[in-house]
Amino acid sequence: MAENNPSDDANAEKQKQQDMSRRKFLKNSGLVAGGLVGGSIFGGLLTNSFDSKKEQQIAQSKDAQIDVHEAMQFFTRHQDFMVLMAATEQIYPEDEDGPGAIKLDVPYYIDKQLAGRWGINGRDYRHGPYTAVLDATDKSAGPAGEQSILDRGDIFLQGLRKMDDESQKRFKTTFDKAEAEQQIEILQDFENDKVKMTGLVASEFMALLIQSTLEGAYSDPVYGGNKNMEGWKMKEFPGAQASYAGYIEQDEFKKLEPVSLRDYQGH
Amino acid sequence: MGGGTALVKTLPKVDAVIVGSGWAGGIAAAELTKAGHRVVILERGRDKKHEDFIGTKDELRYSKRYDLMQDLNKETITSRNSMDKTALPVRNNSKARLGNNTGGAGVHWNGMSFRWLPYDFEIYSKTVERYGKDKIPKGSTMQDWGITYDELEPYYDKYEKTAGISGEENPIGPPRSDKYPNPPMKETPTIKLFKKATTDLGYHPYHMPSANLSQNYENPDGEKLNGCVYCAFCEEYGCDFGAKADPIGTVLKTAGRTGNLELRNNSNVTQVTHDGKRARGLVYTDTMTGEQFEQPADIVVLAGFVFTNTKLLLVSKIGKPYNPKTGQGIIGKNFTGHYNNLSTYIGARGFFEDKKFNNFMGTGALGATIDDFSGDNEDHTDLKFLHGYEVHYGQLGTRPIANNQVPEGTPAWGKEFKKKSLKYANRNLFITAQSGFLPNKDTYMDLDPTYKDALGNPLLRVTVTYDQQDRERAKAGVARCAEIMKEMGADTMNVDVVKDDIEFDHKFYTDHFFGGAIMGDGPDNSAVNTYSQMWDMENLFVVGGSSFPHNSNYNPTGTIGAFAYLAAEGMNKYLKSGGLLTQAELKKNA
Repeated sequence: MAENNPSDDANAEKQKQQDMSRRKFLKNSGLVAGGLVGGSIFGGLLTNSFDSKKEQQIAQSKDAQIDVHEAMQFFTRHQDFMVLMAATEQIYPEDEDGPGAIKLDVPYYIDKQLAGRWGINGRDYRHGPYTAVLDATDKSAGPAGEQSILDRGDIFLQGLRKMDDESQKRFKTTFDKAEAEQQIEILQDFENDKVKMTGLVASEFMALLIQSTLEGAYSDPVYGGNKNMEGWKMKEFPGAQASYAGYIEQDEFKKLEPVSLRDYQGH
Repeated sequence: MGGGTALVKTLPKVDAVIVGSGWAGGIAAAELTKAGHRVVILERGRDKKHEDFIGTKDELRYSKRYDLMQDLNKETITSRNSMDKTALPVRNNSKARLGNNTGGAGVHWNGMSFRWLPYDFEIYSKTVERYGKDKIPKGSTMQDWGITYDELEPYYDKYEKTAGISGEENPIGPPRSDKYPNPPMKETPTIKLFKKATTDLGYHPYHMPSANLSQNYENPDGEKLNGCVYCAFCEEYGCDFGAKADPIGTVLKTAGRTGNLELRNNSNVTQVTHDGKRARGLVYTDTMTGEQFEQPADIVVLAGFVFTNTKLLLVSKIGKPYNPKTGQGIIGKNFTGHYNNLSTYIGARGFFEDKKFNNFMGTGALGATIDDFSGDNEDHTDLKFLHGYEVHYGQLGTRPIANNQVPEGTPAWGKEFKKKSLKYANRNLFITAQSGFLPNKDTYMDLDPTYKDALGNPLLRVTVTYDQQDRERAKAGVARCAEIMKEMGADTMNVDVVKDDIEFDHKFYTDHFFGGAIMGDGPDNSAVNTYSQMWDMENLFVVGGSSFPHNSNYNPTGTIGAFAYLAAEGMNKYLKSGGLLTQAELKKNA
């Protein structure tokens, strides 16, 4: 796809299409057009139409904050990451309460987690025999995902590509470029096991995606999500406070500025 | 066994060798070393000190990635619903949260520290006495423990003083020889709401007994504990402030100061060596090098978790394994627990439109409870179950990844989910009914025929079959939660539903599991006596929840502490004069 090799793309028609799809993505994501979002990936993907903005971005980066962690450790295909961004933003969308998954850096959080021992189920019991099909009468079996030979990295890659395939099949466009309602339809079909996956059922991938999106929105910023503690601010969760001994008996709701581990541990 | 033909190096003999450094092993170590005995504790987990817990307020690391829990990649358990199924391994920590490292589960606990009821220890006799033999359900293997509450009471008192339990007199609780060593914790607006609602309904609320200390405290061994600051990182966390009683800051410290304790971390015990009559010692693998050692001792103490103790007995071929088909044998019998979808974590969640609570503040054992339906406090004549449930509200401190509570019917993701999960984050309260679970002949532990641990030993297999009366008890508890939550003024409620076909769900999340080496008044009905001494191997003590013949509706740690003190007294006596200890003998000599 053109996005993977932007230097090939020289014709004006293609540029126009890309501008359109970027606008659509921003619209679906609920992001304000014109703001630079999602870090350098966007810039890299939409190079030609972005040249003027790119200079602006570089200037901005030099100025203030360079988020050096906004780069891929686990994912290798940009398109996989584009689908991840779009899917997490539908799960946790930007709205009047505040930012959604993309602005909170949830996709980068998930990428980092998949690159670590969580992504290869490093703490889990991994000896065979594995069980792909479970005895439905045995409720102790738990979800097949737990008994699957797939690790979380395998599950994410398969799941995201499946989402993209479904979008191509149904709407003749990639998942990230589909309309919001189309994306939601596909996510709901994963949730309700109407899509077939290999080695586990689709709802288990969806549960993993939801869980990791919430983790990225609300874990300490040390893990690369919950950017600027915006997730905590929306939820009125004050983070790593030393003590509530002075407030705990009071009736009124206590609003406190959140504290991250960076500030709490103080080194 | 443990590596088969590999060379095992035998170490110099000590007075006592103990598996595990949690509350049970720690209490045994403290009492033995204070009496001058040389003790080695073998702990498979890492070395942990209180300084490891400074700056610990990290939900992802501790609650979602289970940093303090037993790493399942080396060893786990398998489980199934009934004998005709194939058991599958519990592969993921989200299904099994078991303690590990120095201090064991006593480090990451919430600190709820109840006494069990006189009824619990004499459950069979008291049931027959009040309702007649026909009330005992078919297939039930419930039995008396061989001890009464009054006999155990001094050991409860000792444990509570060591841990500095902060509590309020239970208006309908069993008799106490002394008051709690510390006053109850602070009363928050939500605790007041629960207490008022339950009082108005005619029940008897009281502050939950807590090992999170209400003030600075020095225990009888001279160990200093700090007062709690309600920072809300208790459950699954080590205490940032040294304000939660744990083995590291109390009994292990006390034992260490005597100079008689050696605590060996990274030491995974795989076998009890013995000649059929006496235990010789413990074989363990140094997990840093892979080398195997035998640590001989005059007495051997298994103070690991229920699964560890049971597996060691089965692998070492000590005692007669339980056979569910014949009902013969003891080891592995009477497995019970607090199960996630049946006997704990279910209840009523209320949503409040006009009230906002400081839900993010709190601590592990901050809350109030009622005992009006605990044990046999309610007349069971017309009920379809025995034993009962304890209803409580706890302000543990809600953390943001785990707490996304929304009214029923809300989607699990997307716009509406986000909106409502933010709106209700501090506008919902949950009350739960933790219920007892009675033993039956089909619920037990044995060795798995297929799956093995990292050292090549079989995994322990757990078979859990719910009885209808366990479901009935859970239904009654949930209904009571809904009644109280309504009285507390919730605008809407999510009330959990216990269906008649609900089965054990393969989750071992609560740490409240029991059985496998149960106690009793004779070798025909039990593996150990009330001093946790094996009937058929006098110098082997099996201490902890593994000796409990059934599960009460209360959290177990207070009772584990009490029995550990009783067991430690027995060990000291045994090291002095040997022989089989009985309650009568000890009372005479005390």
